[in-house]
Amino acid sequence: MQRFAALLDRLSFEPRRSAKLALMADYFRSESDPARGLALAALTGGLSFRHAKPAMLRALVAERVDPHLFELSYDFVGDLSETIALIWPAAEGGEIAPPELPEVVQRLQQAGRGEAPGMIAGWLDALDETGRWALLKLVTGGLRVGVSARLAKTAVAALGPLQADDIEQVWHGMSPPYDGLFAWALGEGEPPQTDDPVPFRPAMLAHPLEPRDIEALDTADFAAEWKWDGIRVQAAASKGQDGRLRRRLYSRTGDDISAAFPDLVETLDFDAALDGELLVVIDGIAQSFNALQQRLNRKTVSAKLMRELPAAIRAYDLLALGGEDLRERPFRERRALLERFLGQLDHPRIDLSPLVPSPDWEALAKAREAPADHHEGEDAAAIEGLMLKRWDAAYVPGRPKGQWYKWKRDPFRVDAVLMYAQRGHGKRSSYYSDYTFGVWREGEEGAELVPVGKAYFGFTDEELLEIDRFVRQNTINRFGPVREVRHEPQAGLVIEVAFEGLNRPPRHKSGLAMRFPRVARLRWDKPPAEADRIETLLALLPQDEVSAAT
Amino acid sequence: MREASSSAGTAGGDVLTLTAEGLYCPAGGFHIDPVRPVERALVTHGHADHARPGNGAVLASRETLDIMAIRYGEDFAGRRQQARPGEVLRIGEVRVSFHPAGHVLGSMQVRIETAQGMRTVVSGDYKRQADPTCAPFELLACEVFVTEATFGLPVFRHPPAAEEIGKLLKSLSLFPERTHLVGAYSLGKAQRVIAELRAAGYGRTIYLHGALERLCAYYQAQGIDLGSLEPVGRQAKELAGEIVLCPPGQLADRWARRFGDPVTAVASGWVRVRARARQRGAELPLVISDHADWDGLRETVAQTGAGEIWVTHGAEDALVHWCRQQGLAARPLNLLGYGDEGDAAEPAGKGKAAETAAGIGSET
Repeated sequence: MQRFAALLDRLSFEPRRSAKLALMADYFRSESDPARGLALAALTGGLSFRHAKPAMLRALVAERVDPHLFELSYDFVGDLSETIALIWPAAEGGEIAPPELPEVVQRLQQAGRGEAPGMIAGWLDALDETGRWALLKLVTGGLRVGVSARLAKTAVAALGPLQADDIEQVWHGMSPPYDGLFAWALGEGEPPQTDDPVPFRPAMLAHPLEPRDIEALDTADFAAEWKWDGIRVQAAASKGQDGRLRRRLYSRTGDDISAAFPDLVETLDFDAALDGELLVVIDGIAQSFNALQQRLNRKTVSAKLMRELPAAIRAYDLLALGGEDLRERPFRERRALLERFLGQLDHPRIDLSPLVPSPDWEALAKAREAPADHHEGEDAAAIEGLMLKRWDAAYVPGRPKGQWYKWKRDPFRVDAVLMYAQRGHGKRSSYYSDYTFGVWREGEEGAELVPVGKAYFGFTDEELLEIDRFVRQNTINRFGPVREVRHEPQAGLVIEVAFEGLNRPPRHKSGLAMRFPRVARLRWDKPPAEADRIETLLALLPQDEVSAAT
Repeated sequence: MREASSSAGTAGGDVLTLTAEGLYCPAGGFHIDPVRPVERALVTHGHADHARPGNGAVLASRETLDIMAIRYGEDFAGRRQQARPGEVLRIGEVRVSFHPAGHVLGSMQVRIETAQGMRTVVSGDYKRQADPTCAPFELLACEVFVTEATFGLPVFRHPPAAEEIGKLLKSLSLFPERTHLVGAYSLGKAQRVIAELRAAGYGRTIYLHGALERLCAYYQAQGIDLGSLEPVGRQAKELAGEIVLCPPGQLADRWARRFGDPVTAVASGWVRVRARARQRGAELPLVISDHADWDGLRETVAQTGAGEIWVTHGAEDALVHWCRQQGLAARPLNLLGYGDEGDAAEPAGKGKAAETAAGIGSET
């Protein structure tokens, strides 16, 4: 437990991805089974404990600490687990051996409601501050140390010659503490044998199409299809050895998102693995990403939400059928099998993503510029560009060169005025690298700037230095790490911001939310007075949201 | 600021009162650690919030007088007088003596004894942990104890410094290609971190930001072995894998960019609390403090045998609450102007001015 605590402690302060990987790899290498497997489970969100709730922890600490002193401390620290960890009085009667992680996990999972508090109190007595903090984070289920499941798996892969995708492939057939996984990753053992009938098959990804590719490539070698504005998913269903049908919906990175989409998952009555785009489809019309977004990142979903925003899959590819792995076959064959499979399936929530005729680059360029003129359905608004897939390409995990290309629609652009700048983190902590920008609107006293978004990438290192210098020389106000900079009609910095789409955040009716806003260009030549107005942005909102905006 | 009269009627109130300048002893005609210039000042230690320039006369330990001269110039006071540890001086109607507080080099508690034999001790800043760079805290029996409470909340328990230094060395072995930049206040903390590193067997040259050089040199001149030290000067990337000390305010400033991608450590009692550590830009918090922690405060209050406790700067409420639970008369002094300089220092810094400010900030 102490070593796991030290790992969480370092991770929680470490902003760098590479250093987080190094810290985790160091821990996995030097820790033994099953502790490291349980640590991996904790980091990937695979452990939960029913009986450890904040109210129970508060009651525990109230037995040991003067309530007034606790409140003063909680007020200062601001985090319940951390306050308890720091304030917990040293146990009387000398040192108790601190528990090991496997003991904590095993005993607490088996404990009844009445036993859990005493168990946790005993461990708190035996651990130091960092150990207590880690224990409380572990049992309450919110580690929040800035590590995604994917990053933790990448750290396992980094122990040896494996890639994160290799881990993903066996991941869903295993459960904590992942026997054999580390030995395999370290090159000391065989791949873990899993009998998972619906494993995640690591996704094949595309490179952005560059101008030089257009010169070099022949469109006859490629299938072209629409790139839909949802999220890439894999829908798999198959019978296990027990004869029971298993169904799963995976995100592109291998997260199991089945629980959020029961409306779709429960209808996967086939023996196959599909690659496709998850979309909200109403009356056969794919909706904007905004609609889908309301259904993402949920552990459960209400009947109302499923009714109002029904999920569907627009299929791109077929990875397995009837127990046969198709990934080695060329796309041409897979596509033909996919079309036949979907024809027979006749599923109301799964349809085929149509191909786009691609006689030459000119035709493709036109289709990309005006999807509505080249797509028969009424949902061209949900198209975000074209995909080009080599007819003879196998389905290869990762981003193999020269096989798949994405040719996205041009981004939207707006000229906005820099209003506030904030220091970055980690390597950027001495730079003002997070920018809040605004556009003009008509206020009660004439034109005024209203903040519409934030951007913290897109610029070069040199541009970062230039903006940093501008911020320091034009500061008019300071709020902690934030500086307000000059933003007047004739004095200030205009930033050309590129973004992929615009919507109104569902939870608050005011304000706009840009997708992937980034700094496209610095317009030192442009006075702020000539920056864009709010009306330019409002025109980009989906029609049903405009009324709420004005 | 409380009215002076509010201290009347208590035992301590006969000896010390509160004025706009700070604690005042009418029977001796002197202030202790005044926040504004006064005629006659007794100064407990050299941190900027306790030792200020412009007083008519200053009585302090030899080291504190030296440190004030280094920071403010030789003319920091009209007259100066050295107080030897333990030596009893008669000032006005009271007897005064200075005793080590264990906070930084030259730090002292001040004991005041009246003709009637009533003893009041003003702790200044103090700690109970061992510190290789200064004399240990001397426990003084008294009737009235005026204690600091910088870390006067039960969440503050400082681990042994050696443990924290161990974290720094472990990080150095894990990231040998990165400079380890340690933010530490220029008086006391920086030298203590260096001495603890030496005690842990770290023998390489340690590199210093300019704001730390003079005081490190002074410590060494006083016979405190800090090993091989070198100014950072123009060196940058060539210090990969080395330990560099700087004032905390410099960690996130342009000065630090030269090191590329350093590991930033902060040595302070405040970084025990995660949000505070992040606020200070610590990726590697080192909980090393020159103040008494919660246990140290309570232990000291109890050991002095004092029946009346005055609590100055810090988390006064919690310690006063605890004292009263123990049946001790306790009052918060709500003195302004102490212990917040380092805390309030704007982390951004503004070139030379900030270097100076960060350099002389009090331990936080």
